[in-house]
Amino acid sequence: MVFEKIVKIVGEQLGVDDLTTIKKETSLMNDLEADSLDAVEIIMAIEDEFGVEIPDDEAENFKNIGNIVTFVEKNL
Amino acid sequence: MKRRVVVTGLGCVTPIGIGKKSFWEALTTGVSGIDFITKFDTADYPTKIAAEVKDFQPENYIDKKEARKMDKFTQFAVAASQLAIQDAGIDIEEIESEKFGVILGSGIGGIETFEEQNQRLLDKGVRRISPFFIPMMITNIGAGQVSMYFDAKGPNSTIVTACASSTNAVGEAYRIIERGDADIMITGGTEASITPLAIAGFCSMKAMSTYNEDPKKASRPFDLNRDGFVMGEGAGMLILEELEHALNRGATIYGEVVGYGMSADAYHITAPDPEGKGAARAMENALKDAGISYEEIDYINAHGTSTPYNDKFETMAIKKVFKEHAKDIAISSTKSMTGHLLGAAGGVEGMICALTIYNDLVPPTINYETPDEECDLDYVPNQAREKVVNYALSNSFGFGGHNATIIFKKYSA
Repeated sequence: MVFEKIVKIVGEQLGVDDLTTIKKETSLMNDLEADSLDAVEIIMAIEDEFGVEIPDDEAENFKNIGNIVTFVEKNL
Repeated sequence: MKRRVVVTGLGCVTPIGIGKKSFWEALTTGVSGIDFITKFDTADYPTKIAAEVKDFQPENYIDKKEARKMDKFTQFAVAASQLAIQDAGIDIEEIESEKFGVILGSGIGGIETFEEQNQRLLDKGVRRISPFFIPMMITNIGAGQVSMYFDAKGPNSTIVTACASSTNAVGEAYRIIERGDADIMITGGTEASITPLAIAGFCSMKAMSTYNEDPKKASRPFDLNRDGFVMGEGAGMLILEELEHALNRGATIYGEVVGYGMSADAYHITAPDPEGKGAARAMENALKDAGISYEEIDYINAHGTSTPYNDKFETMAIKKVFKEHAKDIAISSTKSMTGHLLGAAGGVEGMICALTIYNDLVPPTINYETPDEECDLDYVPNQAREKVVNYALSNSFGFGGHNATIIFKKYSA
């Protein structure tokens, strides 16, 4: 559930039409060409969606979508 | 010797048409782009009308992901620039990108984004402000984005002089090519300020028409019963090019830019000089720059906002500059159809001057019904007119007392 919702947010923010291309191993910056501002906006949208707070130092360590999912699930 | 500068491409997004062809068709058949505001609820507003751009699809010009990160004023700028480049037949792979620049005008910038983010600050707090807020809102981002889209690595800047912004932009772009800093410039202006806050602000100034009962008749420049301007939105872009460069690639030449002048009223924050002295000085400076006599001007695209003050004082200024010749000049205010595009007005109206010269067809001032004895010149009422136009002059005046005038000439080798 968390994964699907995050995929939807990422897809919307980055204009990805085929959401099946976004996997747990997908990197926002390396695979989806997000820049640092995109990343901030995606984190913000995820915080809004799940009512969690993602500290900046945590966000900087996310390597892929899977890392974000794990963090959100732990902090729900 | 100064280099000659010609107009080789035109593109626009306006309330009466997107692209040169549909725009010119509407303009010369007297179509009004004004209607009720659809973008927000105007129940509490004394003015309920504006000239909104209809049928604009940003994805026709801009990648969907990129478009989300642009305020509408930037989307308009990129779209109109693309149309102008296509019209000019320029292949951006073929030209020298370091000699290809952009100077745009915008009076207000990304105010829609500003309002949304301010609301978000109040509703959700500091941590929910978008990282794109600042780069979407800043007024210069239009010129920045256009440079990125079209790989224009030459001179790049933005001019903010309220409703004179884009006439100043065209003038400065002309100077840049004239002195050799660039060979091709995208220039003009963009504006998207039909928003709850901006309309409320202009309403409080009592500057806007409240002719809500018949929107298409609300903008009536030089008519006795005019009661204020009608806000428009959109963008108008010209491709200016050094003459030899244009000839070498076999470009269509719409006309030549030959004169640019500006001045300040140094009088009041919003009211024009009551004798039209500042406006007259801008026109005189442009004539002097062009090295021509006032008797050579055939057409004036007036600032003509449809406010009681502007149209009266602009008429006074024209009579001061052109003396007995003033009555022989065809003068029109195309704001009667497009509404007032504020910082984009000069770009759209510069484009109109180029098309007027190229087609020898003068667009009308529509809704001209009742003459005003203080506005007693030939305003080309209600019907377009065939007329040989060798020289056309365009005026733009902005809050702050900024006056800018540009002169176009029919091209001849």
